[in-house]
Formats: sequence, C-alpha cells, structure tokens
Amino acid sequence: MELSGGEIVIQSLKDEGVEYVFGYPGGCVLHIYDAIFKQDDVKHVLVRHEQGATHAADGYARSSGKPGVVLVTSGPGATNAITGIATAYMDSIPMVVITGQVPRPVIGTDAFQEVDTVGITRPCVKHNFLVKDISDIAETMKKAFYLATTGRPGPVVVDIPKDITDPNIKVSYQYPEEVSMRSYHPTVSGNIGQTRKAIKLIKEAKRPVIYSGGGVVLGEASEELKQLGRTLGFPVTQTLMGLGAFPGTDPQFIGMLGMHGTYEANMAMHDSDLIIAIGARFDDRVTGKVADFCPHAKIIHIDVDPASISKTITVDVPIVGQVKPILLDMLAQLQSLGETFDRARIGAWWDQIDQWREADCLAYEKDTDTIKPQFVIEQLYNVTNGEAFVTSDVGQHQMFAAQYYPFDKPRRWINSGGLGTMGFGLPAAMGVKFAHPEADVACVTGEGSIQMCLQELSTMLQYDTPVKVINLNNGYLGMVRQWQEFTYKSRYSHSYLEALPDFKKLAEAYGHVGMQITKKEDVEPALREAFSMKDRTVFLDFLTDTKENVYPMIEAGKAHNDMVMAPSSKYKRILA
Amino acid sequence: MSRQHIISLLLENEAGALSRVSGLFSARAYNIESLTVAATQDPTLSRLTLVTVGSDETIEQIKKQLNKLIDVVKLIDLSESFSLERELILLKVKKSDAMVQKIESLSVESSARITDDTDGYLIIELTGEKVWLDDFLSSLADEVLEVVRTGVVGLSRGERSLTV
Repeated sequence: MELSGGEIVIQSLKDEGVEYVFGYPGGCVLHIYDAIFKQDDVKHVLVRHEQGATHAADGYARSSGKPGVVLVTSGPGATNAITGIATAYMDSIPMVVITGQVPRPVIGTDAFQEVDTVGITRPCVKHNFLVKDISDIAETMKKAFYLATTGRPGPVVVDIPKDITDPNIKVSYQYPEEVSMRSYHPTVSGNIGQTRKAIKLIKEAKRPVIYSGGGVVLGEASEELKQLGRTLGFPVTQTLMGLGAFPGTDPQFIGMLGMHGTYEANMAMHDSDLIIAIGARFDDRVTGKVADFCPHAKIIHIDVDPASISKTITVDVPIVGQVKPILLDMLAQLQSLGETFDRARIGAWWDQIDQWREADCLAYEKDTDTIKPQFVIEQLYNVTNGEAFVTSDVGQHQMFAAQYYPFDKPRRWINSGGLGTMGFGLPAAMGVKFAHPEADVACVTGEGSIQMCLQELSTMLQYDTPVKVINLNNGYLGMVRQWQEFTYKSRYSHSYLEALPDFKKLAEAYGHVGMQITKKEDVEPALREAFSMKDRTVFLDFLTDTKENVYPMIEAGKAHNDMVMAPSSKYKRILA
Repeated sequence: MSRQHIISLLLENEAGALSRVSGLFSARAYNIESLTVAATQDPTLSRLTLVTVGSDETIEQIKKQLNKLIDVVKLIDLSESFSLERELILLKVKKSDAMVQKIESLSVESSARITDDTDGYLIIELTGEKVWLDDFLSSLADEVLEVVRTGVVGLSRGERSLTV
C-alpha cells in the first residue's frame, strides 16, 4: 500500500486500534488533518485548547487502560500540551502525543510556530522522537505505542516535520507487527528468590500493612491485590493514585495514607513492623518526614521500575517486575505454605487499629446551616451508588472526594496525583465519557480549578459527552487558604477569588444545564435531578462553607504520627 | 559518604541522546565532574564516560535513572571494577629556559612532553590518571596560561568489557 506521510500517521493509529484522537489543527499538521478527513475509522475530537486534549486523552487512558492519543500542531500547539504531558508522566499514564513540526529545511531557523518540541518535552516524557524520514514514520509510531504501554507506562511524543507528511510524496506502508529495541527490556516477572524472602517476612509479621498504589491500577492487578489482602487478612491502605484497586468499603481497608490520610492508616504505618508496598513509590505526600517514616518496619517493595526502588526510602526486599505476575507468584507460594493467615493471627494488631478507628478522623460538623463540602461528596456517593467515574481537579475538593467517596473498583477515581494539575478534571471527565459512554461521570472541582480548562464545556456540547460538574464553590483557593491558616497565621495572600462568574449562567451559555445550590436540604435533590438528566451536562454550583479544612493533616516535614485532627474528631492533635 | 565514580555508557548514536543524559543530571541535581562522548567502532553506538560524585545511594539512583533512559543501551560503573582510567590534558605556557627545564624534570615521572613550540609559547601534552594531572597542574601553578582537559575515559581491565 502506497501512502503519504500524513496518511501513514492515521493508518498507524488505525492499525494500533486507536478509537479517538484528541487534538487541535494548525499549519504543520494540516496534511495529517487532511488524512483524518478522508477516513472514518479513527475519530477526531476537536478540543478548545491543547491542554484539554492531553487531559481528555489522559482521562480516556486512566479509565480504559488503553493509551490516550493526542494530535497537536507545532509551536504553541506543542507548548500548550506540555502541562498535560507532564501530568501523564508523573502518574505513569500511557499516552502518545503527535506534534507537528516545521518542515525539515527550516528547522533551527526560528521559523513561524517553531519550537524545539523534543527538547522542551524531554524531561516530562518517557521518550520522544523527531521523525526525520517518511519511511521511519510507521516504525516510530509502533515504537511510541510500545514504549508508552509497556514497563512503567508514560507519555511518548512523536514530533513530525510537515514536509514528510506531504500528500504528494508516497511510500509503501506496512505497519510493523512488533518492534524490539536493544536498549529497552522492561522486567516482567519478579525474582523468585526475592519473593521467597518476602514470604518469610510476611510469616513473621506481627503488625503488617499492605500499602498499595497506582501501579496496581496500571498493572491491572486489582483482583490479585484483593486476593492477597483477603488471604493474609492484613490491613490495606492505599495512596491517592491507588484508590479503588482494593475496595474502599472493605473492612480491611483502613483508608488512604499520607498528608490527608486517615488517622488509622498513618498510625498503622508508623507502628508497623512490615510494610508491603505494591506499585507505590513512596511519594513525599505519602511518607511525610523521611527520617521518621515507618521507623519499626521492614519494607517489601514491588515495582516495575527499578529506579523506584530505594529512591527515597531504603527497602529491605525489593521485587522488580509487573505487579500482577509477582502477586500471583506470592499467592501461589503462600498457598503452598499450608499456613493459616487471617485476622486472628494478628488479632492484637487489628485491636489496635480498631482503637485508632474510634478517633473517627473523618467526622465533620454536621449540625450547620452551611453546605459542608464533605456532605456534598457523601450525597454524590449515595446518588450514584458509589458506581460513578469521578474525576477531580486539585485542592481541597480533591481530598474530600478521595476521603468521602470510597471506590470499590479500579479506574473509577481519576485525578492528577503527581503533578497536581488544576484544570485536569473537566477535560479528563470528557475523556472518561468517550471510553464509557453509558457510565455516570462526575467531575468534582472547585471554583478555582474549573476556570483553568473551562473552555472544554464547548467540546462537551459538540460531542455530546454528558458529565456532572460538582463545583464545590467556597470562594477560596481552599487548599492554599488552609495552608495560609495553618502556617501563615491566616494571612490569606491572594487565595480569595473575587469577581467569580455566575456559573449557572455560564453553563447555560455553553448550552448546558446550570444549577446553583445554596441550601443543605437541596443538595441531594439537586444531585438526583442532575443525574436523572442522562443526556445533559449539568453544572452544579454548590456554595459551600468557606472555612472548612481538610483533616487529618500531616503538615509538611512532619511524621505519620503527628497529625492535625478535625475539631469534630474525638482526638484533637495527636502526638505520640 | 560521597565518593567519585566513573560511569561508562553505550548510547544510541542519535541526535539528542547526549542531552537526555546531561538533562537527567541537571533535572535531578546530580553532579557531573566531567563528561566525554564519541562514536565507537560500531557507528550506531556512542560511548559516554562521566565522572560524578555522590553517596552510595545517590550513585545507585544515578545508575538506575541512566539505565531507564531509552537511549542508554548498557552501563558500567568502572569504579566498581579493576579498571584503567586516563585523561589527556593540553596546556600552554610561556617559553623560557627555566620552564623547559622544569617540564623536563617533571616529565621523568609524568610522561609530559612539549608538543608544540610556536612564537615563544609551548603546548604541553600529558596523559594519565586524573590525580597525576591535577598534581602536574598545581606544580606549574600560575605559569599556566591556558588549559584544556578531555575528561576521564576508562576501560575495565581483563575480560570484562562494555559491549552489546
């Protein structure tokens, strides 16, 4: 088959099984867009800003497990995409981003809309390519998908100069069946000897904790994690990125850990004698003060990325490889032991954890006139039966969603954990809707974050992707305000948002349904009404308590056992 | 405790591969004392040698991060094996009888030689281990007008080699 470079790009996507490309046209990708026009297999979604394209592709990828695909033009098209690429990179999301580049003869001459895309994206991609020859396009595309989706996944950028996509120049096309790279051999199965060592520690543990992260979701190992947890009877805590891999409503789940983790999860980590870290990377929001992290524990660490091992926390038994085969191996070894593991075996430990649970650390003041943000999330959970896909932006609302909406399934909780990108939630929700057209999708956001990628409301109307926007509007950049209250003696420097738009009217202007909810008793009915409108995007602007904080909180540089507790919790400040 | 390591890599000989390595060091705030790179007998591969300083944990992390780069084909820490290391230095001094004498006396122990003698200026060439070169340089002290060093290269001795 003889194809032009532009046609090769699109045919490669088709051969890769790509359903949707999120993109925005411009000069250097016009040939590619013309190739899109001439076919119907790969569907293009025209966003309103390139950042929206990357977040939408990201939401699609996180909720489906398939790589997200983005197509943008050179120069500003590429630079606008950077935030979304970095977001995907920090959370190891498989994504292929095709960027147009100026024609080869003018590269390096500061041509119109020229930017060194490979140079700019280098620190925030798994890998990137500048394709210099039309005959390399197909193989490079294959490599890009291979790299993006294997090992520790991540975004890959393919930068394609305009002149090699010229419709008048055709070469014979064959998409490679497979590709191998001599410098890239991701580890699959773990070392059996290491697993054996891990099992030995598990047998001896008196105060174990399973600490699982986003790697379990990415590695499709949720079932194996559940089996391991239930086989052992150990308490399970999860990172922000891992929520849903182990069911949030399971009695063995002790809540999220870290800066806004539960009291019981953080105390258990601190007092544990064995941490089993699975697909988690000891992020600073999880560890708190590194020197005081799990001072009594041996640590087993399962991770596909060797560079994650002992990066910040030195571990005792590293097992490098994909989470799923390693967990299966552990389960098999455990079974052959013929020993009984259950809650009773570590009864004293569970008694201690149950005692910590009595602190009721997520209690909040219910007897108020104002709408508490936690209450909105709880009602969202009720109205959607805990079955919705929930995306979020970044800030207090993100933590409230993580704390008060227990996820029982993986890939339901979609948020920017590593980079912490405000503006992520709305386009990500749209991406989720493309992957799961029938599912309920909620975007939990705040009046700050939502204004960072608001323009995608227009895309959502065009492509009919009905999402429920849950705007927890307290008039403040809430997390900033909270930190200023705690550490800057309430000097609220630029955290109050004046001149907010009328979000109801704004939603209506974009062709959607807008609601403003000011009374507590209207919260649940409004949510019911919104979710009953299956085919409409509804923007619910909840005017919430302006002073509410996220608790518990480990302040920066503090240890797990040093938490600030909610005023309504039974314990005030805990210092062990 | 911080220690100096000589890390040698085989790199895909492609545009941008070097900047992936140097970018990694700046992005993660690792030290580079010297870095040298050139193609090998296999034109698709470059060999890059870098000298870095760090604690054992940092060096371990540097090696893992380097290995993670897609363009890095293979890596060896020469400091962990019995290896030979060399660096070449060229330096310029003003010619004088005293200087010529001094270099001749130094050359007995250091293999330094006068490679160029033009218009009253000498270029001295010297190859050796980094510490020898440092000693040689400090013995000439203020008389050195200009100096250029290649950075350290090395090979492990015996059978062990860095090949694909």
